[in-house]
Amino acid sequence: MNDLSVFDAIIRLIYLGAATCFVLGLHLMNTPATAKRGNRLSMLGMGAGVAAAGAYIVHAAEATLTAWTVLILGAAIGSGLGLTSARRVQMTAMPQLVSLFNAVGGGAAALIGVHDLLAHSGGVPVSIALPAMLDVVIGGVTFSGSLVASGKLQGLISGRPIVFPGARVVNAVLALVLLGVGAWVATGTAGTTGLVIEAVAALGFGVAMVLPIGGADMPVVISLLNACTGTAVAMAGFVIGNTVLIIAGALVGASGGILTKLMADAMNRSLTNIVIGGFGTGDGPGVLSATDGAPVRELAADDAAILLGYADKVIIVPGYGLAAAQAQHACRELAELLEERGAEVAYAIHPVAGRMPGHMNVLLAEANVPYGQMKEMEEINPEFPRTDVALVIGANDVTNPAARRSGNPVSGMPILDVDKARNIIVIKRSMGHGYAGIDNELYTDARTGMFFADAKAGLATLTAAVKAVTA
Amino acid sequence: MNAELLANITIFALSLLVGFEVISKVPATLHTPLMSAANAIHGIVLVGAMLIALTADNLVGYVLLFIAAVFAAMNVVGGYVVTDRMLQMFRERGSRR
Repeated sequence: MNDLSVFDAIIRLIYLGAATCFVLGLHLMNTPATAKRGNRLSMLGMGAGVAAAGAYIVHAAEATLTAWTVLILGAAIGSGLGLTSARRVQMTAMPQLVSLFNAVGGGAAALIGVHDLLAHSGGVPVSIALPAMLDVVIGGVTFSGSLVASGKLQGLISGRPIVFPGARVVNAVLALVLLGVGAWVATGTAGTTGLVIEAVAALGFGVAMVLPIGGADMPVVISLLNACTGTAVAMAGFVIGNTVLIIAGALVGASGGILTKLMADAMNRSLTNIVIGGFGTGDGPGVLSATDGAPVRELAADDAAILLGYADKVIIVPGYGLAAAQAQHACRELAELLEERGAEVAYAIHPVAGRMPGHMNVLLAEANVPYGQMKEMEEINPEFPRTDVALVIGANDVTNPAARRSGNPVSGMPILDVDKARNIIVIKRSMGHGYAGIDNELYTDARTGMFFADAKAGLATLTAAVKAVTA
Repeated sequence: MNAELLANITIFALSLLVGFEVISKVPATLHTPLMSAANAIHGIVLVGAMLIALTADNLVGYVLLFIAAVFAAMNVVGGYVVTDRMLQMFRERGSRR
């Protein structure tokens, strides 16, 4: 390495400071109490990094007036879009927004690679062409894949797995093009033609990868795409020789990687299995159930209210159905009423209870549920046997005791031990199946009472009934 | 392989390890804000997008610069604002907003 000018050294030190803020910021997210400070610290680092880049461009005095205008205009428009979407988004729509930010981050990273390959017309050294190729491929796949994921979550594209005839062949061809042309681009001699083919193949591959993935697998997909964006940004850092991009990209890559693994484990599915085809494709093993035709006990509101009103310990098991019915507030009101009556109330949250990792916690936090009441699966499972009433709202497969046996679609999936509670109340609209498409044996358990209702209306009815029977 | 590339690979590998270490301590309750915060952090790509301005001197360059700047700025600003908004909602027992 050559000696740096004082100016360059200062810029690099500021980048180091920014990277430090990112690491410390993430570290502070290990408790809800310090998380906000962590995010602010990370924001500070970002501001310093961007300011340093600005100073560097001014100092280099090589940017044309047009370049400056384009940059400032673009940044202003982007900031506006980001600010508006971040302020307006509903918490239920958070996965779509995170997916959208993944898309634009990956897209921006890919464009940096494209620009660099184009700027070095005629022979790019491999040490730049290789990371630039990876940047374009990973960034391109992330961009189109995240847009499809976002569209699926938003309901613009069907959330069901979309499998068209010959999909495997298309995927295989795209993968071959990515590898073959990728190797050519990486030598630095492919020129514009190779780059365009590679970029188009990457975009196509992203679409083809996410389309066949079903709604239930979204937490994994979002985590995976998050990891990809991070990696693409790190590759962009290699291309332009910028360490803060490499560090930040690697941090995000690690975070996405961990979350991907946690989510896949929580569904007891391998990543390959998810990417190749998900729940609800209809091609899984036939419906297996030991409970076909077993009687279901229907519970009236008053009976449910008596169970709840005189319980000492209640665990609420929320699923995405709760959020879909916008029933979080109704749920918290019932919980507060039970607490006022002296009951101990906790929420049991399965890792894949929402549409992205930790989504249910945010939805409950929005409804004013204190985070201390939200318990993770490992923490709450030993408490079910000491629980008077487990109230299941909108959760299905993650409570199915059949998961403990082999030979069915949910086998081996970690579940909440709801069936070990003394009494179980399930609020559900019908006896419909979850994503796994099998009967839930919990519903036919002798200690389970089914309260058939829409989550929001049902909770309001129960709250009123508890007040009435205990008045 | 030149020295700078090797140094960058070292930084990349160590940062991955730091990332695994730091992030595996984040509780599940905060996984959505964590992902959103990580999202905002990869908005650092804005720095890379800005640096395109140094070499952009034709139409293609300007178009790439513009799109990259829009994307990256949206990523940074949106990511931080929405993370902050989410974290505001987490409250301890007894405290009211």
